[in-house]
Parts: sequence; C-alpha cells; structure tokens
Amino acid sequence: MSEEPGSALDGPVSDTDRAYTVRLELVDQPGELLNALRPIAENGGNLLSVFHERGHLTPRGHIPVEVDLEATPERFERIVDALRENGVNVVRAGADRYGEQLTVVLVGHLVDTDLSDTLSQLERATSATVADFSLRLAREEGDSVTSARVRLDAEAGTGREVLDALREVAAEKELTVVEPLVEVSP
Amino acid sequence: MRLAVVGAGVVGRAVVDLAASYGHDVVAVADSSSSVVAPNDETLAPDSVLARKSEEDVVGDDAPEAALDADYDVLVEATPTTLGDAEPGYGHAVAALEHDRHVVLANKGPVAERYDDLRAVEHDSAGRVLFEATVGGAIPAVTTIDDLGPAHVTAVRGVLNGTANFVLTRMAAEGLDYEHVLAEAQDLGVAEADPSFDVEGTDAALKCVILANVLYGGGYSLADAEVEGIDGLPTESLSLAAEDGMTVRLIGSVEDGVIRVGPRLVPEHGTLAVSGTRNIVQIETDHAGRLNISGRGAGGPETATAVLADVGRLSRPDDA
Repeated sequence: MSEEPGSALDGPVSDTDRAYTVRLELVDQPGELLNALRPIAENGGNLLSVFHERGHLTPRGHIPVEVDLEATPERFERIVDALRENGVNVVRAGADRYGEQLTVVLVGHLVDTDLSDTLSQLERATSATVADFSLRLAREEGDSVTSARVRLDAEAGTGREVLDALREVAAEKELTVVEPLVEVSP
Repeated sequence: MRLAVVGAGVVGRAVVDLAASYGHDVVAVADSSSSVVAPNDETLAPDSVLARKSEEDVVGDDAPEAALDADYDVLVEATPTTLGDAEPGYGHAVAALEHDRHVVLANKGPVAERYDDLRAVEHDSAGRVLFEATVGGAIPAVTTIDDLGPAHVTAVRGVLNGTANFVLTRMAAEGLDYEHVLAEAQDLGVAEADPSFDVEGTDAALKCVILANVLYGGGYSLADAEVEGIDGLPTESLSLAAEDGMTVRLIGSVEDGVIRVGPRLVPEHGTLAVSGTRNIVQIETDHAGRLNISGRGAGGPETATAVLADVGRLSRPDDA
C-alpha cells in the first residue's frame, strides 16, 4: 500500500522530510488498519510502505504492523499524537529507532516461567521490542526444557544494554541466554 | 638449550620426543612419581625415556624433585593445570626462577591463577617465563598480542576449547543430543572421562584470563571471569539458530577489562564458526583491524610446537 509522493497537505515533499518507521500494534478487528493509516495522510505524512504481519501475534496478542513514512519532524509528532488519540497503540516511532537487531536463543523452562512475561519485562526495561520469536519443544518426553529464538529490535547503540537487561530477567527465571556474539552496529 | 621437562602427559612426552628436531637437548624428565636426570654434561635418549614411561609408567628411578635440581637452561612445566594455588606447577616454576633458569609453561594454572606472584618472582630472577602453549595450543596468540603491543589491542575473542567445539559442531550437524555427542567424543578421545573442565567453560575461561593478564599487565584470575558452559544445551537451540543462519559456539572474550565465556550465536559460515576440535583466536587492533588465527588448539605435538617456539625465543635472547 502506498500513496503518490507529494500528496501531503502542503504540496511537494520538502527537503526537511525524514524517513520514519512506526511500529503499531493493532487489535484484530475489521477496520483497524485503515483507522491506523488515516491520521498519517491527514497530517501530511507520505506513506512509503506498510508491512502487515497477519497471523503473527505479539506477546500481547496484537498484530504488529510496521509503517514507513516520510514527514517533517513537526508533522511526524502530530501523526504520532493523532494515532494515539485514535486509540492505536504506537509501540515505537522514530527515524533513529531499530538501529539494532539482536537475535538471541533462550533455553530453559520457558513455558513454565511464562515466556510472554519474560519478554514483556524485557520490553518494559529497555528500548527493545520483540519482533519475532520461534519456539521449539524438547524432543524428549518429560523434559520441559524449551528453546526459543527471539529477534529484538532495539534503538541504535543500546544492544549491550538490552542484553544486560535480558540476562537479568533470564537469571531470575533460571533461563540460559545464548547471546549474539557482537551486536550489529547501526 | 638444555631442557628439564616436568610432567610426562601428552604434552610433556611430545616435548621430549620433538626437542632434538628443534636443536634442543633433554637433560631431565619427571612425572608425578619419578624422574630421570642425565649425568653431568650428557643428555637423555628420548626414546628410552618414552619407552620406559609407556611400559612401566615411570620415567626413571629418582624422586620427581630431582629433575628440578638438574643442570638445565629451561624448565618446561607440563604438569596438569590446577586451580587456586596452582600447585605443584607454580612451585616448580618458582624453583627454576630462583635458580635463575627460564620457565616455559604448558600448564595454565600459574599464569591464570597466580600471574602477579609469578611475575614478581620472575622480576628478581635472571630467568624468564614464557607461556605461549597455555592458550590455543599451536596458535601463537600470546606472542601475537605481545608483538602487536597490548595497548593497541582492543579485544580478543575466540573458540578456545576443542572439546566443547567438537560437541557443538556434531550436535548442529547431526541433530544429535548433547549426551549422545559427548559420549561419542569420549570414545574418540576428544573428551576426557570427566569432561566438566571443558564443557563447563573452565578451560576456555583460564585461557581468557591468561590473555587478560597479557593485555592488561596482570591482575586477573579465574574468579574474575563470568563463565557459562555448554553442558545440557538442547539440540533444539542449535536448530533454531540454524534456521536464522546462525550456530552456537562457546566463545571466550576479553574486552574492556571484562572476561566472559559462554555459548554465543555466531554466523553459521562465519569466521568464528570453526568446526570440530579447531580453535580460533580473533584479535581486534587499533590500527590494523581484525586478525584471525585458527588452528589446532590442543594435542601433544601441537602444544609441544608452541612450547618449543618459546624455547627457541629464549635461545635467541636478543629477540626473546
């Protein structure tokens, strides 16, 4: 889904436009996506792309949608405000977000220790959001050790901080964190 | 150089076997229960020492301590690594230094657990201590850092335990579980009967501690390392990593004064994902980017190669 460039309120896209990525979490209801996109055009944003991961839920049970758009910083702020006024959950917004992607593997009694709580704690403690996760049960019966691969989007330069926080959360639940060796630089 | 070799395990025996081909003489050999010392200016015949060791499990008729009193230039300390006070290896090294003799260590204990103590004794001695063989077997890690200048090295990391690496490689390649692969490694002689030192990360951590001591001029022991092993890692964690183009390696790192050892995700076909018992040391430098040195990190002749390289340095005092 995209719009013609320059469809913003004030004519052509100005030099001060910047690219932004907005990550939204939508409730799975008809019309939610449209509801979310309308404030972008109405406030002079230029929609570049919408990535709608249907069938994929965040740990909170929402549908993650990633929107790329161009706007001036002032307009962008208005867009984010308008989205929030419309009741759309804006998880992350900014041009300099998602500078780092971290993939970790968690090992332990993930289900018994409430994996979604583990990930929520991490999201609360840091700038990171859970972009993706994949769970694998142990093959042996009677063993509740589970492995999960988790992809985290974090603000640029915060990779180490996120891993420190993850280690702390994991230690409380006696989970093993297989960290990436070096966080990818922005 | 005239060598006294203390410790007649895989490494000690290989040093005895190979010394002559590097132009050095063995004048004394000791194991834990016996020793043999060449009379006066003579040298020992390596074959007969090694034959007696394999047939009778002793190297000679003297008490082990006699080797320390022999007339040697370099003491090769190749007794098993011990933690804490690092004895008896530490005591052997001190005895040599107090006689103004050089020491070449294959035993990690003295430089991992008592680096500062050992350097203090060395300071008052005409002898020197070299220990290339303690990190990464044949890989010249310590010397390379020394040559680059520790102040110009910003980080060192790598795969420093062949047993753990073998287990991870097999688990990922065959989808086999940890216990199965470990048993296989034991059958192949890749893992010890008690593999805890390797799979719990202690061995890799000791090597990182030694590198930290070289990088920062001492001050580190095993207690300063944050260590996690690979024991009990589920196969599923490796297959999840593989789906993302990654694999798991037991990585040790020394960076910003912090020593860490633990399972890490690395690119499946990346430089650090060496396979089998291979080791790799990756050195980050200020002015020359990244250096990778990989090779055999353990084994008798491999480790003896590093020991004899140190002996070679000592025999060229101008560049040692």
